[in-house]
Amino acid sequence: MAGTWEKTKMKSMFYKAALAATALVATAVIAQAGNLKIESWRNDDADIWNSKIIPAFNKAHPDIKVEFAPTAPKEYNAALNARLAGGTAGDLITCRPFDASLELFNKGNLAGLNDLKGMANFSDVAKSAWTTDDGKTTFCLPMASVIHGFIYNKDALKKVGGTEPKTMEEFYALLEKIKKDGTYVPLVLGTADQWESATMGFQNIGPNYWKGEDGRNALIKGTQKLTDAPYVATFKELAKWGPYLGTGYQAQTYPDSQNLFSLGKAAIYAAGSWDISTFRTQGGFEMGAFKAPPPAGQSDCYISDHTDIGIGLNAASKNAADARVFLDWMSTSEFAEIFANSLPGFFPLSNAKITVKDDVAASFLSWRGQCKSTIRNSYQILSRGTPNLENELWNVSAQVINGKMSPEDATKQLQAGLAKWYAPQK
Amino acid sequence: MPELTQSALSSKSGFGRLALLVFFLGPAVVIYAAFSVYPLIATMALASFTTDQAGAYHFAGIDNFILLLTDKDWRGPFWNALGNNVLFFIIHMLVQNPIGIAIAGLLSLPALKFRATYRTLIFMPTMLSVVIIGFAWNLILSPLWGVSEGFLKFFGLGSLFQPWLGLEGSALITIGLISVWQFVGIPLMLIYAALLNIPEELVDAARIDGLSHLRIFFHVKLPLIMPTIGLVSILTFVGNFNAFDLVYAIKGALAGPNFSTDLLGTFFYRTFFGNQLQLGSPTMGATVATAMFLIILMGVCVYLFLVQRRLERHSF
Repeated sequence: MAGTWEKTKMKSMFYKAALAATALVATAVIAQAGNLKIESWRNDDADIWNSKIIPAFNKAHPDIKVEFAPTAPKEYNAALNARLAGGTAGDLITCRPFDASLELFNKGNLAGLNDLKGMANFSDVAKSAWTTDDGKTTFCLPMASVIHGFIYNKDALKKVGGTEPKTMEEFYALLEKIKKDGTYVPLVLGTADQWESATMGFQNIGPNYWKGEDGRNALIKGTQKLTDAPYVATFKELAKWGPYLGTGYQAQTYPDSQNLFSLGKAAIYAAGSWDISTFRTQGGFEMGAFKAPPPAGQSDCYISDHTDIGIGLNAASKNAADARVFLDWMSTSEFAEIFANSLPGFFPLSNAKITVKDDVAASFLSWRGQCKSTIRNSYQILSRGTPNLENELWNVSAQVINGKMSPEDATKQLQAGLAKWYAPQK
Repeated sequence: MPELTQSALSSKSGFGRLALLVFFLGPAVVIYAAFSVYPLIATMALASFTTDQAGAYHFAGIDNFILLLTDKDWRGPFWNALGNNVLFFIIHMLVQNPIGIAIAGLLSLPALKFRATYRTLIFMPTMLSVVIIGFAWNLILSPLWGVSEGFLKFFGLGSLFQPWLGLEGSALITIGLISVWQFVGIPLMLIYAALLNIPEELVDAARIDGLSHLRIFFHVKLPLIMPTIGLVSILTFVGNFNAFDLVYAIKGALAGPNFSTDLLGTFFYRTFFGNQLQLGSPTMGATVATAMFLIILMGVCVYLFLVQRRLERHSF
């Protein structure tokens, strides 16, 4: 009896070992056949990558297998760093803009991509988020930007007989009208999460005041201070918003804001273009969009067209040649077209002319032709020290909208913080 | 039992006794050393280093602590977080523990029905995930769709409603009370168990002497459960000064508005892991963590040397 049992056990162990060995061999074979793995925080987009982008790539390059392997956004940076350190990270790495990726490049985790042919399809502003401070090396291929503006409920504007405002003055007149009518919350923005105030408020309307790239570069060079007129003026506008926001906006979180608008309870939503897809799936009403209105009498306009996603090559990748083929394909208009239409609200950064079918996304994109683009002024270089300019902006923007801090004090606090560690601002 | 151990140890000598000690204590010492002592020492060691641009570590002695306590941009947030933490602790001591004691007292009344049901219901929030607690209370208190405004209006108190979680003056107190609601089950259970340990004869004797339930509680039961209340207080202290999750779930790592809900835990998290564009600093993070450890250590020492020694213990 004992002997038979022993034999069966031996047999099953042998089978298990054999099975494991086969599995190992199988994975090794797949890995050899040009298997690319993409690291990303865009787990929302997994479906689009698997059903649209990767199949389109495989039409041209059937021999390269690509796997999209996203991690949750909050965990992405930490998880990616751990995988890079352990040598298990994917071949292609989705790049956060500016310092987080620059650090990866400096540590030798990302390969330089200057020699990539497709890089010629991108402008310098597009590449700025993934280029070294001296401007010599670009280490990620720009993938997408997000544009700020205002999305509005067409029914609400029809109800009060309003039109898209062309100046800040018209903007407030419209908000006043909607408030008097009383059916809709005039403007949606919550200050509870703080970043909404800075990103959808300050960075949204601000570029018109600090003249986009001119002001942003002047801050980096130290020729302008955050206490200068344009910044005070931006905060003065934000200080006027409180009365038009929903009740208890101080405790309104970002999902609250999204719901308030997509349920049709509000008229105007201070937006990032990435919100379009959320509202498309949830809102049952006609939407339109207008860009941040410049102050009266200003003829030129500026929009925040913020470089948000890039993609780079893991310096330790064993399939670097295949990965470069994929990156080159990502610089083509074919990719741009698929990407822009699958993810309305994320705009490809390449110079290729593309048509966007979603009308709200298309109107966001049309502003690129009418106004000058800039990126958020706190992102490049200026958020490297302590106190961190971006964190400070979140804090003071929320306080200004809450009416807890004057615009002048807000700019003084920002400038004092920046002057503390950033030499050109001392 | 002690006699048995004694005889087991004395029957062996020298090496045999050592082997026995290693056999019994070894696993616990190894696990404790590997997962508690080593990380603690490693954290303290990390706190004595700084990093440069290239990411290399340099020994810095106590420079990080000097920076934390003297530099305006570190000192301000640190004292703010510590102050908030003290307030958070006071809220728990003034609200959570008295309520826990009161409910335990009620539950131990002999005539009470549905005792187990009450106990379970009150303990329930303690078992819920803090993310669910944060989410649920965010919704309950939401000025847009929360039930709290309607609830107050029902009693004609609608005008009292405020977006409490969003106002600088009330956000921390609100989160403190949510935390009290969540954790009131723990003092309740510990004190309830201590109350059940009190011999019936004592209570009966008091009753024969003509004392009411209330006076029995205050003059007979309360003095007897003082050691447990001391234990609950120190658990509350350690728990509160390590608190992080509820604030993070409700307000995020930036603990707004204007850092009014920033606790040492969220301050540590921001420093160590960073936030949005702020890159994390492992060395400064370790410094904050060490400071937190020292604060908790001091608190526990004060308790051990000043309070616990004066508590009278009774064995029945």
